[in-house]
Amino acid sequence: MKKIIELRNITKSFDGEPVLKGINLDIYDNEFLTLLGPSGCGKTTLLRLIGGFETPDEGQVVFLGEVINDVPPHQRNVNTVFQKYALFPHLNVFENVAFPLREKKVPKDEIEARVSEMLSLVALAGFERRSVTSLSGGQQQRVAIARALIGQPQVLLLDEPLGALDLKLRKDMQVELKKIQKQTGITFIFVTHDQEEALSMSDTVVVMSEGKIHQIGTPIDIYNEPVNAFVADFIGESNILDGFMLEDFRVTFSGQTFECLDKGFGYNEAVDVVVRPEDVDIVPIEEGQVTGVVTSVTFMGVHYEIIVDVGGFKWMIQTTDFVDVNEHIGIKLDPDAIHIMKKSEYSDLYGDYSSFSNELDELSDAESEVEA
Amino acid sequence: MRETVSRDRKLVARADRVALAPYTVWAVLFILVPLVFVAYYAFTDNNFQFTLEHVKRFFTATSTVIGSDGSAQEVRTYLLIFWRSLKLAVISTVICLAFGYPIAYIMARAAPRVQRTFMTIIMIPMWMNFLIRTYAWMTILQDKGIFNNFLTAIHLPTVHIIGTEAAVVIGMVYDYFPYMILPLYSILAKLDPKLLEAARDLGCSGWGVLKRVVWPLSLPGVISGITMVLIPSISTFYISQKLGDGKFFLIGDAIEGQYVANNLHFAAAIAFVLMIVLLLCMGIMRKLAGRRVEGGL
Repeated sequence: MKKIIELRNITKSFDGEPVLKGINLDIYDNEFLTLLGPSGCGKTTLLRLIGGFETPDEGQVVFLGEVINDVPPHQRNVNTVFQKYALFPHLNVFENVAFPLREKKVPKDEIEARVSEMLSLVALAGFERRSVTSLSGGQQQRVAIARALIGQPQVLLLDEPLGALDLKLRKDMQVELKKIQKQTGITFIFVTHDQEEALSMSDTVVVMSEGKIHQIGTPIDIYNEPVNAFVADFIGESNILDGFMLEDFRVTFSGQTFECLDKGFGYNEAVDVVVRPEDVDIVPIEEGQVTGVVTSVTFMGVHYEIIVDVGGFKWMIQTTDFVDVNEHIGIKLDPDAIHIMKKSEYSDLYGDYSSFSNELDELSDAESEVEA
Repeated sequence: MRETVSRDRKLVARADRVALAPYTVWAVLFILVPLVFVAYYAFTDNNFQFTLEHVKRFFTATSTVIGSDGSAQEVRTYLLIFWRSLKLAVISTVICLAFGYPIAYIMARAAPRVQRTFMTIIMIPMWMNFLIRTYAWMTILQDKGIFNNFLTAIHLPTVHIIGTEAAVVIGMVYDYFPYMILPLYSILAKLDPKLLEAARDLGCSGWGVLKRVVWPLSLPGVISGITMVLIPSISTFYISQKLGDGKFFLIGDAIEGQYVANNLHFAAAIAFVLMIVLLLCMGIMRKLAGRRVEGGL
């Protein structure tokens, strides 16, 4: 695969506040890459560096082998879909989409042809003469995408483009964006704080926080093999426990020794153990490897989400079997349900559900969306 | 159900009318009634009988002027005055726009503290009386005034400004400049910076961004700036007397002169014609701008 963009040792601060701390990232041709992280992690700044709206303090932005740190946005073969679309209110749909072509002095009939082709790609044929201010959020979104694609950029940057849409529309646009990316073969760099969106759309996910990249990988790798407690917690739900590696394929935690699939750790090395809530089997108490008391049960539609107190540590388990609060249950883990991570600065910060509440989680989600 | 809704609507409409009453009274008393009086006086004679005499006089009165080569020339007095007023007002407006637009743009993009400082500097002259400002310009522009003294001090030849059209234009530009800056600034400050970034992203150079995004989106501000400078400068009457040495009789001076001479009906007729012409100008301008900006002013 051809490398299209390389970011080398990028640092950037605003008013002495470091926002990016040594970013290295290769982006390949024809890839759908997502920058994922909580608000304030530096993902939008990274996107703006690629777009040309910011220059790095140190490091290089390389585009097809050429350093483009100082190339202004209008000379980069990269276009952006802005967070709130930034459509031109004085121009109608046609003129908004035709904007880059008029700047390049493309002949009139070619403009006509390319704009109508682009509008049918985003399912807006027939909207040419409409004022952009009269369109719904989803339609404005499509105009923004058409406008960014019509100049045939090699890379399309999308800055939380679905953030302003409601859930249903968002799901539809996710599918549509993926389809457009496949159809055009353009590299998409997509910024979001929504992990589900990242997992379902991307070829590659880049997990960031505090100006650093934690992990780069396919959605499946990121979910199944998180590198540290931050990634494990940010992507989906995780129980993260303190443990010790006894030897390759054997780990001790919660007072028990389990078989696992991980190796290459030192003898008795302290590790973080990740167990996804959906990988835990509930069994009769006498068959359990460990036992606990159910402290809460929440019906989620497809499954129940239950919190189980195991010797003071609260596990989250997702199950389709009904159990009752205060019931004593056994827990059984298959070797492939256990993922071992090296200790990191994020150990002990995440992965315990003792203060867990759905309500709090939603509140903090809403907050981060406002900030973004 | 529907009846209740429509009755509620009527109630709301009535409440609106009540709330608007003070403004309506004010508008009728101080805007509509004087206008009606102007029109009434314009079309009546001293005995308040209907007549077109005064309006006709505006278009037909002639007088003799001595040209620069000493030859006498018959001219339409008031049409000439009107033309001169329009010319000076348009020149002043163009100068205000040419200087005001870049300043307003820079202000709108500057840090908030800089914006406030700029604003204060622009507003300060407005705290001074208009007559005093005009007198100040007399002392600056006189043949032995501050400006010429300065030129002499740096060994440059002096220039004769006072009593020329240039002096009148300087006075108008100075007096009406804030009225150009304010509407421009307020619309440019509201411009979403993301739109400028989008234009850059889509291939515009700095100049292209100005031409294709900033300028069209600021047209409503440009129109109101032009309106707010052109109208007072076309009808101004004091600046030309003081800075023009009384040599450039403007339409405002003509109206003032007729009032002072107690020719109220003719003064009203001049004012009426002026008003109609201005309304037509504004109407055409808004129509032209409206074609490019939907929902402008």
